[in-house]
Amino acid sequence: MSRPKVPSASWLPKLVVAPSFLLSFFFIYGLIAWNGYLSLSASHMLPNYDYVGFSNYVDLFDNDRFHVALKNMLIFGVLFIGGAMALGLLLAILLDQKIRAEGVLRTVYLYPMAISFIVTGTAWKWILNPGLGIEHLVQSWGFPNFQFDWLVDDQHAIYCVVIAGIWQASGFVMALFLAGLRGIDESIIKAAQIDGASLPRIYWRIVVPSLRPVFFSTLMVVSHLSIKSFDLVIALTSGGPGYSTDLPATFMYAMSFSRGQVAMGAASATIMLCMVAAIVVPYLYSELRTKK
Amino acid sequence: MGALTIANVRKTFGNVEILKGIDIDVQAGEFLILVGPSGCGKSTLLNMIAGLDAPSAGTISIGDRDVTWLPPKDRDIAMVFQSYALYPNMNVAQNIAFGLEMRKVPKDKRDEAVQRVAKMLQIVPLLDRKPGQLSGGQRQRVAMGRALARDPKLFLFDEPLSNLDAKLRVEMRAEIKLLHQRTKTTTVYVTHDQVEAMTLGDRIAVMKEGVVQQFGTPEDIYARPATRFVAEFIGSPAMNMIPAVRSGGGATANGIDLPLTTAQRESLQSSKAGKLTYGLRPEAAQFAADGVPGTLRFTEPTGPETYATVETAVGNLTLRVPGYMSSKVGDAVHVKWAAEATHLFDGDTDKRIG
Amino acid sequence: MSPRALTWHRVILWTALILFAIWFLTPLYVMIVTSLKDMDQIRGGSLLSLPSAPTFASWGKAWDQACTGTDCGGLKPFFLNSVAMVVPAVAISTTIGCVNGYVLSKWRFRGSEVMFAMLLFGVFMPMQVVLLPMSQILGYFGIASSIVGLIVMHVVAGIPSTTLFFRNYYVGLPDELIKAAMLDGAGFWRILWRVVLPLSTPILVVTLIWQFTNIWNDFLYGVVFSGADSKPITVGLNNLANTTSSVKEYNVDMAAALIAALPTLFVYVVAGKYFVRGLTAGAVKG
Repeated sequence: MSRPKVPSASWLPKLVVAPSFLLSFFFIYGLIAWNGYLSLSASHMLPNYDYVGFSNYVDLFDNDRFHVALKNMLIFGVLFIGGAMALGLLLAILLDQKIRAEGVLRTVYLYPMAISFIVTGTAWKWILNPGLGIEHLVQSWGFPNFQFDWLVDDQHAIYCVVIAGIWQASGFVMALFLAGLRGIDESIIKAAQIDGASLPRIYWRIVVPSLRPVFFSTLMVVSHLSIKSFDLVIALTSGGPGYSTDLPATFMYAMSFSRGQVAMGAASATIMLCMVAAIVVPYLYSELRTKK
Repeated sequence: MGALTIANVRKTFGNVEILKGIDIDVQAGEFLILVGPSGCGKSTLLNMIAGLDAPSAGTISIGDRDVTWLPPKDRDIAMVFQSYALYPNMNVAQNIAFGLEMRKVPKDKRDEAVQRVAKMLQIVPLLDRKPGQLSGGQRQRVAMGRALARDPKLFLFDEPLSNLDAKLRVEMRAEIKLLHQRTKTTTVYVTHDQVEAMTLGDRIAVMKEGVVQQFGTPEDIYARPATRFVAEFIGSPAMNMIPAVRSGGGATANGIDLPLTTAQRESLQSSKAGKLTYGLRPEAAQFAADGVPGTLRFTEPTGPETYATVETAVGNLTLRVPGYMSSKVGDAVHVKWAAEATHLFDGDTDKRIG
Repeated sequence: MSPRALTWHRVILWTALILFAIWFLTPLYVMIVTSLKDMDQIRGGSLLSLPSAPTFASWGKAWDQACTGTDCGGLKPFFLNSVAMVVPAVAISTTIGCVNGYVLSKWRFRGSEVMFAMLLFGVFMPMQVVLLPMSQILGYFGIASSIVGLIVMHVVAGIPSTTLFFRNYYVGLPDELIKAAMLDGAGFWRILWRVVLPLSTPILVVTLIWQFTNIWNDFLYGVVFSGADSKPITVGLNNLANTTSSVKEYNVDMAAALIAALPTLFVYVVAGKYFVRGLTAGAVKG
């Protein structure tokens, strides 16, 4: 018998997904490669496909502004991720205590994720306004010497971005941890209670450790959020004062679209990609492997 | 040509050979059982009969049509799944009629079929309900109704009773048997439960690790199991298996002579078996005044009979005794049986000798 | 544990919860309150003080008179741009995600899992890396500074996420349901339409809300790929709040921010639990 045809309809599914998959693969991998080439090219204002090797990367790492961006990435990253994770976990634990108003409180903690980072940035810009915002408020409460001009202070402005970021994202972390907490088997907790463990002890020794998978996936999402932070910085500080609150994302935008340094912009984008890939790829790999 | 012919079907997944050459011929109107432990390949085989999967080699024919490569909808078959797979968003009537709808049967004929089937299965009051509102047994009937409505050439059942509780299982088993007597449609039924296999089947194919170990009527399989596996798989409590050795023209275990018929002795002569396994069904042995001595170890009274485990020199034997036993645990007893009721297997190949 | 023994625990618990709630709500409160004051009240009062004479004047101004760069037509044109962009983008990306998810979960073929894994990277990659090439491509097709270009961008960028959502959801639908439909004679499209879609309401809502929120709130694509007439509301808001005109009108800024936030906030309040499901479905793959 000649090689038989496979059962019907096995070509139709492939045909149906082919266009969008091809499009997506080109979009993801094709454009990454294109961008990579741009970073090795002599582009300035407009793309110029002459090959110049890694000189753009050398220039990039020599660039003062990029140093500031990387330093800020570190500060912002550590504080934002750490703060959002800690606060989110705390909120989740608090809400897990069988509160009657849980639904309402959850809505309140999570609503910031529904609004744009631009809105958040705009609002916090007003709140942290040196003359009329918090500084003025606390002074009006009777502390005439209170100063809070971080927003316009180039050494401290980045911390304002951290505060606004934590405000926006901790609800999201809370939602993830809460889902994880809810997934924990009740009977283990009950057994511990019968054994006489106190509630904080139970949380510390049993609950928190079993949140490890959720912890890692949340950590990954928040880290990835922090590397992509662009909207928030633009709205809150426009990268300023000067470029003291620059992050790689805003650096890339500035180089590519306002300063006519397309190759540098492409190089910084590639660096961002590497940072994200370093976190995401191992995570995805381990996730998909355990799934098997 | 039978109603369903499976010829030398093989299936390989990657490096693993799931089916190693299956040959089964089913007559029209016959109720075929595929039974075996999990992993034996019975569900894979059923999927191939259904057209949900294709064999790596071999052919499957329904009537005289080679359907090996035909899609399910062109095979004129219907299937009842273990989880019933009723469409949750449609009501019972729509579920039953769905297959007819796909085949563009006009509405009045569809309604007729639904009514006919619903009456047969006594589910007329359920026609407007959704599957979520039905009990397990009701869903089973609706699943069968969906299969019946199409009046196909072949019915396939994939462990349909596994999700029901014990009592319901017994009831539904009887209903399936009655239904088959009425409709006389050729049926292939997969199960891991040997009681279902024995009570429902016209013929049974006992499978293990991708091979049909024996294919025959329930009586054949029970009275003359072809391999040790079949002997132990069918019948509960399982057949007693006594390891034995040749001795003279017969067999002994731990020095005790084991009764053999002349026919068995003749087969033993011509066989090359080194080690032997001597099989004895629990109902074939009785307590007697003489016979193999032993001690009663424990009893399991079930009501109509008692299973008694006796420790003897040839090993632990389980007996079936009608009613309740007067002997108590620890008592000394004697166990006796006739040679005609025994089965002899090759200790290495596990195949039947006599 | 007796309830009475926990009383002081509960007091601390509730205090903490309420303090946090206040922290989260304060910015919203400040935005609303500020938007209802006039500039005198703002200068005269403080961040948290209630307006002495509340007025919606700044809302009106934010809507159709405020200056966003050289134009002074308020946020209205930007709002309309966003609507024109969001509706098609959400609809198309959701549809594609649905069909992709259906195939990847119920019609698997050799290599489909690998393809899915490769697609997944698109959910996480930083979009900075496609901005430059994409602007070349959109320019080549003549849609670089238009709403159509934005729609294309959002659709292509959204396919990985929507596919992920639907695929993970459909994996939970019993395979036997599809098999039964195949035996009943239904084909690929019929099964999707008659069996799978009717069971998809939860994930459909989650995906629509998720896509709507993300696309409406997006700024990066909006600022890179839009032209003078196609800027979405996030860009408009940013321009409005960051104009370097001599007189800063904070009340208008706040009103504008609220206008920009209202659609997604409204969806959130109405269908919040689906929003949460979207977040947890996307991040905690299960």
